[in-house]
Amino acid sequence: MNPRDRTLVTLVAALVVLLAVGALLPPWQFLATVALAKGCAVLGLMLLLRTGLVSFGQGLYFCLGAYSAGGLGQFLGVTDALVLLAAGCLVAAVVAVVLGFLLANYRNIFFAMLSLALSMILYGLLVKSQALGSTDGFNVAPPTLAGWALSGHDGRFFLYALACVVAFAGALTLDRYFKTPLGRLAAAIRDNELRVEYMGASVRQAIHVKYVIACALAGLGGALTGLTVGHIDPEMAYWTTSGEFVFVAILAGTGSVAAPFLGSVLFEIVRSVAYQHSPNTWQLALGTAMLLVIMFLPRGLWSIFATRGKVA
Amino acid sequence: MAPILEARALSKRFGAVVAAANINAAIEDDSVVGLIGANGAGKTTFVNMITGYLKPDFGTVAFEGRDITALLPREVTRIGICRSFQIPQLYDSLTVRENLGIALGIVLRNSRTFAWARLPKRVPGHAGTLPEAAATMLERFGLTDHGDRLAGVLPEGIRKLLDIAMALVVKPKMLLLDEPTSGISSDEKFDIMDRVMNAVRADGVTVLFIEHDMDIVSRYAQRVMAFYEGRILADGVAATVLADEEVRRYVIGGPQVRLAEEAGNANA
Repeated sequence: MNPRDRTLVTLVAALVVLLAVGALLPPWQFLATVALAKGCAVLGLMLLLRTGLVSFGQGLYFCLGAYSAGGLGQFLGVTDALVLLAAGCLVAAVVAVVLGFLLANYRNIFFAMLSLALSMILYGLLVKSQALGSTDGFNVAPPTLAGWALSGHDGRFFLYALACVVAFAGALTLDRYFKTPLGRLAAAIRDNELRVEYMGASVRQAIHVKYVIACALAGLGGALTGLTVGHIDPEMAYWTTSGEFVFVAILAGTGSVAAPFLGSVLFEIVRSVAYQHSPNTWQLALGTAMLLVIMFLPRGLWSIFATRGKVA
Repeated sequence: MAPILEARALSKRFGAVVAAANINAAIEDDSVVGLIGANGAGKTTFVNMITGYLKPDFGTVAFEGRDITALLPREVTRIGICRSFQIPQLYDSLTVRENLGIALGIVLRNSRTFAWARLPKRVPGHAGTLPEAAATMLERFGLTDHGDRLAGVLPEGIRKLLDIAMALVVKPKMLLLDEPTSGISSDEKFDIMDRVMNAVRADGVTVLFIEHDMDIVSRYAQRVMAFYEGRILADGVAATVLADEEVRRYVIGGPQVRLAEEAGNANA
């Protein structure tokens, strides 16, 4: 079986398992929906990591996506989940196109810190904005899907199912992207920018495109989170949110497009369990988990599944 | 015949160091030119100015009659000038095949001629789809056995070959080789140069190569340009230039010969 088919089979299997687990264990739906939503942001971050870039500012787009979706519902009365998700994705992408012109010039720590600074600007603006609820944020109107309310027992399952399908589509699209000539440039840019330029490709342009894709995914994840939680606040743009994405990305590894979702789900489970058992020291449990992964699985959790040395 | 490349009054200084002082040169199409000179004589600076990596302080470079002085390396690549590097520039964490695949992917992408509509996608200038073209390149350079090894762990000779193969993927009209045999054991040198020259000459590519090994230069170069302190000391048919007294004294003999002669003069 060629690797592309294997990824497709893995993703389809994961989708079926997720839907079955969600149907059988309704109490887990909320946690899993949020985990999949954040997984979208981590998926985008993975694309940047494969290009050799770390963004500590994906919270900017996560928050933008959530506020775009929430704002459309709050101020314009739009409640259709698909429209709101598309809006979150689109707004994030448009902002990323603009900021990308600046960020594509930077690498390493400069890229990381500049992206962090930009996200903190949004945080500052939202905190000062009374109309958008300042630090409290505002509630998101319950979403609908083709006129159906995504609330109540069945509705929550459909929202969860929507998250599963969005995550599946995101992972599959990115996997296909990694197999295009432009997608393949990710590893090439990480290894040797000079050679990429001397082969006749623009490193700047390639990074810009990848940044926009990563940010659109973060916006999508933010919109999905807003719809699921029913409340959004500026904390989504705060640097700790962005840091969490980086944490999960490193925990999960960059070996597969499924890894960010696996990492994100495990992260939410560890956090919930740790918080339940030791409300004051739950960060300690997360830190220990990270330490163990770095020491014993330096290529992330996904390397457990990667039987061969390399996975496409 | 009109020259394919023409450098006019190229000058470049790095602080007090003159790396190029009023260099004028015309390269004929379909020729093989060797660039010789001691370290710091300005050979690599000359190549860097042609490929857009360095901008000359003065002067112009024209390729097929078009001024390319202000172009970026990727633009120079797209119009048909490619180069290899003294230290091979590869994607070290990827396999040899993946290295070539990325290079071919860039060619495919840059062509843009209904790339989305054609299936299977044929790489322009190559016979076949991307994996087929990669296999052909591997075979042409005798790299098939190394195809699935990581570029970062290969012996230097193989890395050099891959570096040159990457440059040739673009199907350039002109190829610049920066010390193709440096870092390679002397018994492998001719084998590697043969493989490169066979691959290159089959396509009628104009070649400019920087080289310190005079056996290599005299065997492969039709014409030799000898650099000394940013100037061209001699330029002409290989045998004539290599026999030139000044060239023997300042370029081939190197500093030791000069120092010995100066010591001899002082004693006299």
